[in-house]
Amino acid sequence: MVEVDSDLAARRAPAAVDELALLAPVAAARGAIELRGLTKRYGEEAVVDAIALSIAPGEFFSLLGPSGSGKTTTLMMVAGFVQPDGGAVLLDGEDLAAVPPQKRGFGMVFQNYAIFPHLSVFENIAFPLRARRWANGAVAERVSWALDLVRLGRFGDRHTHQLSGGQQQRVALARAIVFHPPVVLMDEPLGALDKNLRFEMQVEIKEIQQRLGMTVLYVTHDQEEAMSMSDRIAILNRGRIDQVGPPGEVYERPANPFVGRFLGEANLIEGTIAPQFGDGTRLVLPSGHELRAPSGSRRSDGGRGMLFIRPERVEITAGANAAGDVRQNMLAGTIRRCSFLGNILRYAVDVDGLAPITVDIQNAVRVAPLPVGALVVLRWPVAESLILPAEP
Amino acid sequence: MTGSIASPWTGSPAAAKAPRDPTPLLLLPGIAMLVLMFLVPMVLFFVRTFMEFQGGTAAFLAQARSLLFSQPYLTALATTNWIALIVTLAVLLVGYPIAYYLTTATGPSFSLVVLSIVLPYFTSIIVRTFSWMVLLGEHGLVNDTLRAIGVISEPLPLMYNRLGVLIGMSYVLLPYMVLTLYAAMRGIDTSLVRAAEGLGASGFYTFRRVYFPLSLHGVLSGALIVYILSIGYFITPALMGGQHDIMVAMLIDRELEVAVDWPSAALMSLSLLVVTLALYAIYYRVTDVRRLIGAR
Repeated sequence: MVEVDSDLAARRAPAAVDELALLAPVAAARGAIELRGLTKRYGEEAVVDAIALSIAPGEFFSLLGPSGSGKTTTLMMVAGFVQPDGGAVLLDGEDLAAVPPQKRGFGMVFQNYAIFPHLSVFENIAFPLRARRWANGAVAERVSWALDLVRLGRFGDRHTHQLSGGQQQRVALARAIVFHPPVVLMDEPLGALDKNLRFEMQVEIKEIQQRLGMTVLYVTHDQEEAMSMSDRIAILNRGRIDQVGPPGEVYERPANPFVGRFLGEANLIEGTIAPQFGDGTRLVLPSGHELRAPSGSRRSDGGRGMLFIRPERVEITAGANAAGDVRQNMLAGTIRRCSFLGNILRYAVDVDGLAPITVDIQNAVRVAPLPVGALVVLRWPVAESLILPAEP
Repeated sequence: MTGSIASPWTGSPAAAKAPRDPTPLLLLPGIAMLVLMFLVPMVLFFVRTFMEFQGGTAAFLAQARSLLFSQPYLTALATTNWIALIVTLAVLLVGYPIAYYLTTATGPSFSLVVLSIVLPYFTSIIVRTFSWMVLLGEHGLVNDTLRAIGVISEPLPLMYNRLGVLIGMSYVLLPYMVLTLYAAMRGIDTSLVRAAEGLGASGFYTFRRVYFPLSLHGVLSGALIVYILSIGYFITPALMGGQHDIMVAMLIDRELEVAVDWPSAALMSLSLLVVTLALYAIYYRVTDVRRLIGAR
């Protein structure tokens, strides 16, 4: 999973997005979305707090966050269903404040599909076209194109209640793209599907998005979903954006502990930041032990800091001692627990004076689980370490 | 009805041993009341009147034919259905917006509207009808006001004619329509309306293509119940109608009270009952009764 994700990220990193914006002919570059200081308050509380974003035409952009982080409210303001209390939504440079939802021209996929129960599959997909007063012939042609695109070719005459969850999802998708909108908004579209189907649909949505070159603004609370599909992700926390970046970057280099934890298992080892050494930053643990990270993640000396490292980046070897290496951080501990998760073995390792450290080991051919209580040495590259501000 | 309540396993050896569910016994008082006070008198009425009829079957059929094809009866039948139709349409036109409003209203305004619709129901129908007569009479509030502000010089004929019947009946039957429609509309998923708008449909198009079709079963249910109640209506047309507005129920009353012709009254009652039951059968088909009362 992770390997695939970072590959994807590497291919479609910000450079790729910038290229798109620069190289694409001006006329074709429709579907740029900009949010300027977008704010929504319910009473005293700002559920969306001055969000600023720039989404390029053809970009797959996800708003990722826990429930209550303001991601759906943000999407509803883009769609025009919720009036912002401040800021603006711009489509290709044009302020949408005075444009009602039905005139914004977005394709939309809703949570729980919102399929019209009294209309056939065909009429559901034809709905946006008929609302735009297309002629019957053109409607039929375009609907059959959309049915083929979502691989529902034979299902046009069906009643929607005869469809499975995945098929209903496809109808909702076809309905959103049938009129070739430059921008499609998706609100947790896969939330109601089971895990395998969800992955299948992620691949399909991504393929369709790339084939049609449309901009997608995608809301989800599922970090795997966001990482597997997005060109860039904005991580929302309590109405604010904590970080924006391609999946690889936000996963590997989170801006703060919240982002680190939200995107997956994370070790956050707390300590005191010591004066710089050569080209790096040092973190002194309560035990007096020292961990290092490249500078750049510099923080004020003497302050509290957290060293961030993903569990799959940590190596584990049996034994009480191991040869030191200046390019590696090293900690000795004992195994507290080993959980079997199928493709990985997850260890919890007790280290003196710290919260248990999580280590993920691929369940590969030669791996034999280490017994609980065994003395081990944990090691990971200094270059992979990152020092984050400690949480208040 | 009982067929759907009884377990399909009743009679199997396993079911015989299992303790019987006593819950259906709770229906006994209700069933007893319906049988004693509705079913038995009705059956007795029909049986007695037909037993009393002098002459053979052929004579009976001849009289039935001559009665059911007689001019007064046919006229009353046409009047009844015409009034029922107009009342149904009027109540639908007035009730639909109110029911929609109720689905969006909250708090005090919701309670106020529901109360103003339902509260008159707690007063006697005769009192309500007389109240209308006070309002609509030749020297009623409406005519007096219009005359006072100089809109009219002669009183408008608002009562003792067809218009009076329509106004009175529409008022009385409005709650049935509003509450039926409200139950249906409350079940409409509002995210569908939002989806339609998000996909580019205007407000009117959304109503025509999405909201109205989804409320249609409520419209049919409400229309049928109002129609069914209208065709058997008696007091309001008797008090507020003119001499030409004879509905079937009034004709039946006249046969019983004035002509003391029980067989004719029974025949007309039977014809009305058949029509009502037929409409009720349709009503039952289009209405999910459980959804109507909000059960799951």
